[in-house]
Amino acid sequence: MWLPSYATRAERLPRIFVVAFAVAVMLFLIAPLFIVVPLSFSKDPFFTLPVQEYSLRWYADFFGNARWMNAIVNSTITAVLTTVLATTLGTLAALGISRPDFPARRLIMALLISPMIVPVVIVAVGSYLFFGQFGLTNTRTGLVLAHTALAAPFVVITVTATLSTYDTNLTRAALSLGASPLSTFFRVTLPSILPGVVSGGIFAFAISFDEVVVALFMTAAEQRTLPVQMFSGIRDQINPTIMAAATLLLGLSILLFIALTLLTRQRPKSSM
Amino acid sequence: MTAAVIANIDVSKAVRRAEQPARRAALSLALPLIAFLMIVFVVPILYLLTTAVANPEVRQVLPRTLVALESWDGVSVSDEPIYDALAVDLRAAQNDSTAALLGKRLNYEISGMRSRVLTAARMVERVESGPYKERFLGLSKDWASPAVWTIIKRSGSAFTPYYLLRALDLQQNLDASVGRVAGDQAVFVDILGRTFYIAALVTLLTLILGYPVAYVLTIAPRGIAAVMMLMVLLPLWTSLLVRTTAWVVLLQSNGVINDVLLSLHLVSEKVQLIFTRVGTVTAMTHIQLPFTILPIYSVMRSISTTQLRAARSLGAPPLAAFWRIYAPQTLPGVVAGCLMTFILSLGYYITPALVGGSRDQMVSNFIADFINRDLNWGLASGLGVVLLVATLVVYVAFLRLVGGADKIKLG
Repeated sequence: MWLPSYATRAERLPRIFVVAFAVAVMLFLIAPLFIVVPLSFSKDPFFTLPVQEYSLRWYADFFGNARWMNAIVNSTITAVLTTVLATTLGTLAALGISRPDFPARRLIMALLISPMIVPVVIVAVGSYLFFGQFGLTNTRTGLVLAHTALAAPFVVITVTATLSTYDTNLTRAALSLGASPLSTFFRVTLPSILPGVVSGGIFAFAISFDEVVVALFMTAAEQRTLPVQMFSGIRDQINPTIMAAATLLLGLSILLFIALTLLTRQRPKSSM
Repeated sequence: MTAAVIANIDVSKAVRRAEQPARRAALSLALPLIAFLMIVFVVPILYLLTTAVANPEVRQVLPRTLVALESWDGVSVSDEPIYDALAVDLRAAQNDSTAALLGKRLNYEISGMRSRVLTAARMVERVESGPYKERFLGLSKDWASPAVWTIIKRSGSAFTPYYLLRALDLQQNLDASVGRVAGDQAVFVDILGRTFYIAALVTLLTLILGYPVAYVLTIAPRGIAAVMMLMVLLPLWTSLLVRTTAWVVLLQSNGVINDVLLSLHLVSEKVQLIFTRVGTVTAMTHIQLPFTILPIYSVMRSISTTQLRAARSLGAPPLAAFWRIYAPQTLPGVVAGCLMTFILSLGYYITPALVGGSRDQMVSNFIADFINRDLNWGLASGLGVVLLVATLVVYVAFLRLVGGADKIKLG
């Protein structure tokens, strides 16, 4: 099993053990994600496998329920606005940071990355208390602002990684041939770093669409997002409608994941 | 230009001056995001810090009483003018409905103060004029207690260490020394310890489970490695709530895990898994595993396998070759992965809230409860500061040991 020919028997046995262990861990990683799928198609209101009888009743329940539909709409609007804002701000910042003349790079990078590090409950409470002063709690604006702060670091990291392989001679060539800085950016730089920018955008979308804690603090019933709706559903009385929601979310994650994989396929050494 | 003139030019200074426009241009690109994060992220956190030490209630509600208390010696039972000032303040408070606020604040330090304040506020509404001392004492003998007056006087300052101390199970005694709070109220050190313990346990488990996976990822043939990588990255992409929902279902008493355990005759009756420490740690380990695997993998990938072969050919037994040649080189990845998981685990909220029992709730859960349920923003902020400081300490260690935060690899 993947061993050089000189391997002794004493080496083969541990190797087999390690591989078996890794396979078991892989199962542990992946199996829980997919148990929600069959359960969401079960006819019964309880969670036993194997499923006795299949039906779409929980999906009908999900799509027929105004609360869930409202949550989907809210999540989508919030995530799209967050994506636009975070991608714009993050890409600009990454362009600046990647320049050789950028001052205090480490310090500023630490600041830009810090929303990934600070516990999200602190961001949530801070936003709740501070935004409350301006009447921004229980508004979509407040939620989008907080989500953008959480998502922007991912855009910065992704675009910075792409820029590290970008040949700055291209920019110089375009400028020396008389292109304005703006058209150089839109016609030379942006097309070459576009995979990174789109990846960053996908990250931003996924983070906003999945975020619970800030959304719990910053939303009233009208702005409730899908994760908040799921959180309260699990907390109160978990029922198979949540399995339907989870299965749909799983599908969305897989779609985003495939999109990202296709985008970064050419860059096997990409970070993120 | 003569040689003397040239010698007078400070070259490095001149170079720096020449670079100024470029530096400014580079910085100005990052400026929108820096400004945005300052306003939307940094300032709210600073606001949280000030909330942790803000002490507005007594200052706002009892301005006259505080003035009257300035000359109080702090020992004897207070005299008439102080009670009169208190009566005037409380009457105003009753009108502005701020008496409850004051009662709540004083109740943090002396239990029973809420009802005493509210009763007194209703009393001064009925009694138009003084003297008030006897009337206050008629309501409660505590109004003669120096302790009560000491607390009121002390709570009159704009800032208080009360919430920060409380978050560490400490309090200011009447003589202003710092001591531990009574045993039955000392809960927060316990909660902090539990948070660190769970985070450390999860980190250890992800390392034990993740290290071999990272290793197999590096030795597997290309195709298999790609499939394995997919299996590591997909959970990372799956909604946190989907993963948590899955664990809620798996861990239920009549859930899948219990079914399996029963059918394998590993247990004779259903075991309680959900709302237990085992359940919380299992779910958290599952969620954090990719964060530990990926940094270790990215370091392992750069270690040349010929080194192991060289060690073997020089006569090292397999295990020794692994421990002495390979493992030490993976250390940067191990440190990065473990610190990342530890930092993220410290801030867990959702998973303990849904999968854990009351004994598994972490600092974040209590912060949320103090905001939403108890409306004690000061204590929520105090706990928040403690959590933030703990996280930043680990983060600084991370930066020292790993380099920049931008080295974090998520796939």
